[in-house]
Amino acid sequence: MPTLWLVVLLFALAAVGFVLGRSRALATAGGDARALHSLPTYYGLNVALSALVPALGVLAIWVLAQPILIETRVSGMIPDELIPEGTTRGLVMSDVRRVADGLDEAVRQGSLTKSEADNLRSDATDVRARLGEVGVALGSDVRPEVLTAAQQFRRMTTTGNIAMIVVIGMLAAGGLAFAYTRTNKDFRARNVVEQGVLALLILAASLAILTTVGIVLSMLFETLNFFKLHPWTDFFFGSTWAPNFRGDSELSILPLLWGTLYISFLALLVAVPIGLFAAIYLSEYANRHTRAFAKPLLEILAGIPTIVYGLFALLTVGPALVKVFGRGEDGLLGVDWMTGATSVLTAGVVMGIMLIPFVSSLSDDIINAVPQAMRDGSLGLGATKSETVRQVVLPAALPGIVGAVLLAASRAIGETMIVVMGAGAIAKFSLNPLESMTTITTRIVSQLTGDTDFASPETLVAFALGLTLFVLTLGLNVLALYIVRTYREQYE
Amino acid sequence: MNDMTLLERDVDTKNIKIAANNVQVYYGDTHAIKDVNVQIEDKTVTAFIGPSGCGKSTFLRCLNRMNDTIDICRVEGDILLDGEDIYDPKVDPVQLRAKVGMVFQKPNPFPKSIYDNIAYGPRIHGLARNKAELDDIVEKSLRRGAIWDEVKDRLDAPGTGLSGGQQQRLCIARAVATEPEVLLMDEPCSALDPIATAQVEELIDELRQNYSVVIVTHSMQQAARVSQKTAFFHLGNLVEFGETGHIFTNPEDPRTESYITGRIG
Ligand SMILES: Nc1ncnc2c1ncn2[C@@H]1O[C@H](COP(=O)(O)OP(=O)(O)OP(=O)(O)O)[C@@H](O)[C@H]1O
Ligand SMILES: [Mg+2]
Repeated sequence: MPTLWLVVLLFALAAVGFVLGRSRALATAGGDARALHSLPTYYGLNVALSALVPALGVLAIWVLAQPILIETRVSGMIPDELIPEGTTRGLVMSDVRRVADGLDEAVRQGSLTKSEADNLRSDATDVRARLGEVGVALGSDVRPEVLTAAQQFRRMTTTGNIAMIVVIGMLAAGGLAFAYTRTNKDFRARNVVEQGVLALLILAASLAILTTVGIVLSMLFETLNFFKLHPWTDFFFGSTWAPNFRGDSELSILPLLWGTLYISFLALLVAVPIGLFAAIYLSEYANRHTRAFAKPLLEILAGIPTIVYGLFALLTVGPALVKVFGRGEDGLLGVDWMTGATSVLTAGVVMGIMLIPFVSSLSDDIINAVPQAMRDGSLGLGATKSETVRQVVLPAALPGIVGAVLLAASRAIGETMIVVMGAGAIAKFSLNPLESMTTITTRIVSQLTGDTDFASPETLVAFALGLTLFVLTLGLNVLALYIVRTYREQYE
Repeated sequence: MNDMTLLERDVDTKNIKIAANNVQVYYGDTHAIKDVNVQIEDKTVTAFIGPSGCGKSTFLRCLNRMNDTIDICRVEGDILLDGEDIYDPKVDPVQLRAKVGMVFQKPNPFPKSIYDNIAYGPRIHGLARNKAELDDIVEKSLRRGAIWDEVKDRLDAPGTGLSGGQQQRLCIARAVATEPEVLLMDEPCSALDPIATAQVEELIDELRQNYSVVIVTHSMQQAARVSQKTAFFHLGNLVEFGETGHIFTNPEDPRTESYITGRIG
């Protein structure tokens, strides 16, 4: 693994640079650290960073870019007429990569020498059998053009790796030398290091943002592919969700969206009052001891994996609801409204329970942000605690609480495990909460699990669903954050 | 307690509204009020003076049990309102605070309209039978708070949008609106200009006809102008308490004298 060793080497070089820079700075000041512009460590850090950062940056880009470059070069070498009927250039290239990897493996295990691997001819040797010996299984015999391309691939990779080591090494040495010669007692190493730290932080922040952009873009491309294969009018305005693999699927998001919203609504109906009241109790009534013990307990509830909630829905809540609303004469109500354990109500209730700590801890923070002076003002006028909460604290905290509820709603809409296990799989428009229904997230899971090929609309629809979900929750989050932020400004 | 005899003489002649005996207040381990005895008379203005941090606000907050809202605060001794111990478990602090109103050191208008700020107390206590009566109370209170002219055209605007001094007067008007028997005012004029100050002092004088008023102030002139009784606090102790004229012209304790003449504080 040359890259790993290269990185180790770079760090070693940086360590050397640190010691060198530090001692040179001290030397120029005649050994008196007080004569330096900055602390000696800063000079060391400056040299170390100058050696390390540009080299690492170029290394990262190189490692990402080299395979792409080589791939396009090699794939360009295969003439169109040599690509067999029924496959694509991409499939041929994946063969090439497998053969190249196989050759690498064979050389590593010693069954082929380096020059043998480079000069192997498919008409002289049974490449498939030779590679099979070292544990690389190939689907078919290796065609001569694939073998040549694979050998070319290996050659270019080797050259690339050598070039990489040389360039990176020179860059690191150059950076070290440059910073080293600049080091003297008046050099403002502290400011340079400050800039370095700033650059590091910006890098981290932009990586996070870039990842988000990347996710959205990849979803977007697949979604566009989907809309090439399936009319967007059916997706957005159709009324039926009926995928089948004969090619006449009806793939409308609306019934799924209905299920999602209905279940989320029930969940909020459970979570908002309970969560809010819990928050009010904790922040306004509970004494310090109760608070110290009840708050972490509520937060543990937030840490339970959603799959566990799913089990709870499937094994406990669902059957309990059936006992109440189903089983005819044997049931508690003597009615037969509910047949299976999975239903909108099951999923809604369990999801509501999951959201309670979320709502309560957000509302608790918001209620605590209402200044004590406000409560004092109300209590000082002879209001009771609940009058104070109702008439002063809650109105003051209301925008923040609305924000918290919206955040909870977006969690509910995106929640997957509980609905997969508790809601059922039938896509339909119905108001009956005792029937099973399905949601966007459940359908994404079911469209993408099992054998899938990423070319049929039945699979690609998952990306369109995912993107819609993303836009929906993003919108809710932005709205919620906007509301919370305007509210924060109210008390400086 | 060398002024005890002087106090006892007053007890005979005047009607005692609030009597505090051996009051101690602790914030956790901090002893903030040390063994304070004070008698607050009805239909009188009592001024609390003393250097910053000496416990004036703390003691004032004991008088309507606002210290209950501070977790770490502990009050000992007894405080009698009309002869009844306000820290007795039977006493409802909510009722007590309706009787003993308070204007806080920092203005704290509710994030509601100016009208609703004033109407808050009357609504809670059911002081108005209909909208017209409530309107009346609001106007009267705002006038007494010397802020009516400034806000009469924007009663629907939020109270938090007023200037600091206006907020202070709004809070005074709000406290007056519930018609308390005792009004505790913690530096009510700290952010007011001389004209508004004069108006608030006028209000205090007017309130004195029916109620008893306790005012914390850092202005010696104000204490001298509005109060009949003055209490001087220092480091949690009540150093001296007596007739305002007496305290300002002829203080008995050297600490009082140096504070009044500006040498400590
Ligand atoms: N909530 C609190 N928690 C802990 N200590 C407090 C609290 N409030 C006041 N104290 C302490 O009690 C002492 C008296 O404070 P208090 O607010 O009564 O002073 P004050 O006389 O009103 O001062 P000022 O004139 O500055 O308003 C101070 O030492 C203060 O630090
Ligand atoms: Mg104070």
